[in-house]
Amino acid sequence: MKLPFKLTFWRVLFGIVTLAGAYAVFVRVNQGLGAATNLSDQFPWGLWVGFDVVTGVGLAAGGFTIAGAVYVLHLKQFYPVLRPAILTAFLGYVLVVVGLLIDIGHPLRIYHPMLMGNFQSVMFEVAMCVTFYTSVLALEFSTVVFEKFGWKRPKKWVGKVIVPLVIVGVILSFLHQSSLGSLYLIMPSKLYPLWYSPLLPAFFLISAISTGCAMVIFESHLSFRAFGHRLEKHILKHLGRVMLLGMALYLVLKVQDFTTRGVWNLMFENRMETYVFWLEMLIGSIIPIVLLSIKKVRLSTKGLYVCSIFAISGFLFNRMNVTITGMTASSGVNYIPSWMEISVSLAIVGMVIFLFALAVRYFPVFGTPLKESQKQKLNKLSKIQGENSDKVSSNYTHIS
Amino acid sequence: MDNRKALLIDVNLCVGCKACVEACREENNQPEDGDMSVLSSTAYTAVIEKEEVYTRKMCMHCEVPTCVSVCPVGALEKTESGAVIYHYEKCIGCRYCMQACPYSVPTYEWASTKPKVQKCTMCYPRQKVGDIPACAEACPAEATIFGDRDELLAIARQRRIDEPETYINHIFGEHEAGGTSVLFTSSIPFDELGLPMNLPMEPLPNLTWDVLSKIPRFSVFFGTFLYGVWWVIDRRMEIADKGNNQLTEAVWNQRNQKDEV
Repeated sequence: MKLPFKLTFWRVLFGIVTLAGAYAVFVRVNQGLGAATNLSDQFPWGLWVGFDVVTGVGLAAGGFTIAGAVYVLHLKQFYPVLRPAILTAFLGYVLVVVGLLIDIGHPLRIYHPMLMGNFQSVMFEVAMCVTFYTSVLALEFSTVVFEKFGWKRPKKWVGKVIVPLVIVGVILSFLHQSSLGSLYLIMPSKLYPLWYSPLLPAFFLISAISTGCAMVIFESHLSFRAFGHRLEKHILKHLGRVMLLGMALYLVLKVQDFTTRGVWNLMFENRMETYVFWLEMLIGSIIPIVLLSIKKVRLSTKGLYVCSIFAISGFLFNRMNVTITGMTASSGVNYIPSWMEISVSLAIVGMVIFLFALAVRYFPVFGTPLKESQKQKLNKLSKIQGENSDKVSSNYTHIS
Repeated sequence: MDNRKALLIDVNLCVGCKACVEACREENNQPEDGDMSVLSSTAYTAVIEKEEVYTRKMCMHCEVPTCVSVCPVGALEKTESGAVIYHYEKCIGCRYCMQACPYSVPTYEWASTKPKVQKCTMCYPRQKVGDIPACAEACPAEATIFGDRDELLAIARQRRIDEPETYINHIFGEHEAGGTSVLFTSSIPFDELGLPMNLPMEPLPNLTWDVLSKIPRFSVFFGTFLYGVWWVIDRRMEIADKGNNQLTEAVWNQRNQKDEV
């Protein structure tokens, strides 16, 4: 028997992870959360909340950042990464909702917040924002779908409302990105003071924006390798700068926060939290800031790639620390996710990558292929322009 | 404070007989076997031995409950009587109440595919028909008594005045996190009884409300601001596109002339 696709390491891994995840979901649905997870009355929120939801939403922040830059600030040079960023965000949010459905006890009541919302609840606000923002992302991405099928009218309609739509998306994102931090504002006695801060919403928002940029850099590199699309060097350069700015602001705020709360001494206490915190700050803040401050690194694609990996890992550390490490001491139990929890989370990541690859294959995510005559024209142009050639020579166009 | 009811638990009077636990199980149709010293989805109260004294663990029925404020669907409710009760039919099972509760009280039916959050109801159904909570009724030593919150606070203060050696000068629940409807008095510090001593005195929901209440105003201002930014840049680019400082200059001149007239 011949398979319709080639077996590669990544595909086999994806298959295994997906199967394991599917089995875990099966157990979760048929036997409840207790059978599938290591959660307990002492530790009610674990990996599925911490990673699938809190981290997932943060990693998808590139969508609103780039959309805002292109449409509100008219920074058209970001256009080439707009569609991949929106696609990632959209898939990210859809999978966040899937993760949420697996995690909550009554998935069939997911619509309840819509009908019986409690305005005092941060969770309600997050639920509303995620719902509306996922719809906004779907609309933002719909133009790509319309373009693929040549539906000019609906594309024009969306085009007419795109600016207000993007603005609504930016507001919603600001609200729920920060609110994921606000979720923990109500637990001053439970979250370890290295992470608990009245500034949690600000920390969450700023780190989401800089990591959103890091994700776009990271993805661009991966797409470049996987799909052979051109690497938009001049764009990544700008993103690197935004990332640096965000991280610097984050660090300054952190220093200010530690000073006002007077918790510097906690950084030198001999306990597990201290070490993990140091690791988080080094990987997610200090190392990438130092690296990005070096012009040579900031201007090289490889340097940016490395920085983005640091930023994303640091971000992961931070969210895991707030949701799991920081809650451990007060809970009195040592929560370690079960293999089923881990496999569901990995399957969700795999699913995002798989759907992304699928979408790239069937939709003009990286722009529409140029006709042969246009290519020749561009080639001529680039010869004339010489040095600036990388700005014009492209096999793809985004003008439609 | 109107007619809010409360429970006063005097650790000094408790003999550790666990009659309260048994009465609670009977009242709530919970299995009779099982650990009497931990809360679970089938045990609303527990008796714990600490430093040679006995204390109880149960829902504190906060005056401004954290669980009620965090629930996205309003499945938890602070009733007029002071009891905090749970409405299963609304619950989506997100467990934010458990995560946020400063006393880590609510429990979950982890083995169920239709899980309920479980916690003490201060025998709200009994209160409605004029009975007192089962635990207070069962207690032979009057270590748990039920009554108006004001009166119970007065009793607690009186006990301290009468026997200053046996009572520390602190009623747990009078002010903690905005106050609770379950009050504790004791001869030893409350952290030794396992009660959290790092709580702020203001209600915890204020911490999030400070942020949440700003959202409508923030959204309107931020939206207007973003639209303004878009408009200004758009207009500038439009003008620049027409290729010409001349145009802008002309417009300026025109305006200045108008002003002069």
